Amino acid sequence: MNKLPFGRIVLGASVVLILLFLMVPVLIVVPLSFSDTRFMTFPPPAYSLRWYHSFFDNPAWIDAARTTLTASICAALIATPLGVAAAYAIQNGTHWIMRYLRTLLMLPLMVPIIIVAVGVFFVYSQAGYVNTLGGLILADTMLGLPYVLISVGADLRTFDRTQEMVARSLGMNRFRSFMTVTLPQIKASVISGAVFVFIQALDETVVALFVSGGSNQTLTRRMFVTLRDEIDPTIAAISTMLTALTLCLVMIVVVSRRSGAARA
Amino acid sequence: MTTAKRMLQGTTLMQATESDPAARYQRREDRTMLLLMTPALLVIVVLLVVPLAWLSWQSIYHDGFTLENYRRMFTGAYLETFLLTFKLSIVVTVITLLLGYPVAYFAASLPPKLSALVLGMVILPFWTSVLVRTYAWLVLLQRTGLVNKALIASGLVDRPVQLAYNQFGTVIAMVHILLPFMVLPLYSAMQKIPSNLSQAGASLGGSPLHVFLRVFLPLSLSGVFAGVTLVFVLCLGFYITPELMGGGKSIMVSMVVSRNVEIYNSWGAASAVSVVLLICVFAIFYAASRVVPLEKTLGAK
Repeated sequence: MNKLPFGRIVLGASVVLILLFLMVPVLIVVPLSFSDTRFMTFPPPAYSLRWYHSFFDNPAWIDAARTTLTASICAALIATPLGVAAAYAIQNGTHWIMRYLRTLLMLPLMVPIIIVAVGVFFVYSQAGYVNTLGGLILADTMLGLPYVLISVGADLRTFDRTQEMVARSLGMNRFRSFMTVTLPQIKASVISGAVFVFIQALDETVVALFVSGGSNQTLTRRMFVTLRDEIDPTIAAISTMLTALTLCLVMIVVVSRRSGAARA
Repeated sequence: MTTAKRMLQGTTLMQATESDPAARYQRREDRTMLLLMTPALLVIVVLLVVPLAWLSWQSIYHDGFTLENYRRMFTGAYLETFLLTFKLSIVVTVITLLLGYPVAYFAASLPPKLSALVLGMVILPFWTSVLVRTYAWLVLLQRTGLVNKALIASGLVDRPVQLAYNQFGTVIAMVHILLPFMVLPLYSAMQKIPSNLSQAGASLGGSPLHVFLRVFLPLSLSGVFAGVTLVFVLCLGFYITPELMGGGKSIMVSMVVSRNVEIYNSWGAASAVSVVLLICVFAIFYAASRVVPLEKTLGAK
């Protein structure tokens, strides 16, 4: 087939339009964040770093950013080992109950986030955990677990278990054989699992609306509350930085996956 | 695990006596695995299962057993909210399917390098914060926004149209946010369809349309199923975008739940609405899992 049929051109053109629809809103925020005016006109009449100053000079925004980063890093550090252990158990367990426990661990992806938020808020208000950093970290850990489970679980399914058995038959205990034989080979999926938890915690808004506040307000919560009142250009600056950060993290995943694939 | 395999395991377990070292080893192994899962399970149970159970209890118990909370759901405002939520969810799901199918089809028919480019353009917005994308649409659709300016410049309208803070804006932003959830499962299903099947259909004299409808479309249905389920369920519980974009006029189920807790502190009403929403979501997931494994549906997320 060397001639391009008419239908194919129409298809290609509509796909380009749909892709533009997907990309433009994400990209348009970048030039707007460097705008000199309050009114989000495009193209901006003049460029400045005004809205970045308005973010970095405001302690309230900085505090919120610090809370979000702390919570996201801690959640990734806690959820990853818990998720890897659970994924390993699911892969090696033979009992019928494993299948149901697995579905149970996937619940955070299935239950609508608003119901999760109300539920967590209820537990925390009983335990006096509302507006604490610890509570926020725990909630982000819970929401991140399924991502580790999916990422690592898929990798473990294709992993040759006998390698670990060889190490154990040669006298290593189970934990050491996992750390030295299995873990290095599933490293890529563990890293991407951790990154997904981090990104999910960075983006999490609804649960934070209920359980974070006061001095432990997250960035997204503050953005949401501000957006309810007005379209503040400071948010364009924050959005640009958030998108850049997420992009860098996704790059880490891609690179670690690629180097993982190259070795295999 | 297939039923046959489980039955086989059942019989081996029955045959195994206390002295059978293999069975003993297996039991010990299973206990270890359960222990390994415990921390993760604990987090989920305490933060999710317990509150869900409590919400269900709250919805039927208030100084005695009552169905008052549920009776209220079938009247006036609550019923309207559910109908509106379902209506918007159906509209958004249909639009994402109509937009997502051609993109996935096109990407699947391209050589690997180019299809990676197309998918990259789908995945980049997918990883951008939902809040950021809602903000972008607020900026684009506002009275002085780019879309209004383009409409005026093209002469289609002579004064700014109200695009944001209504159902129109909500649907546009939701379609934008959920489109990747449709494209990715569609693509993964289409990618597995061998291209020579369509060629075989064509060589046997089928017109391109006929080949598409009779060969390609039926084979891509598992992806359609996974995508539709995921997008529809996400729509039902969507909160951020309708709250910011809706302008307070169209109240979705998620907003009723949030308002009952945040403003009225009325847990009974909030829990009954939550339980009904939860039952809808689980029923959809259960029905979908009969056709496409749950793992595949959630994998895209």
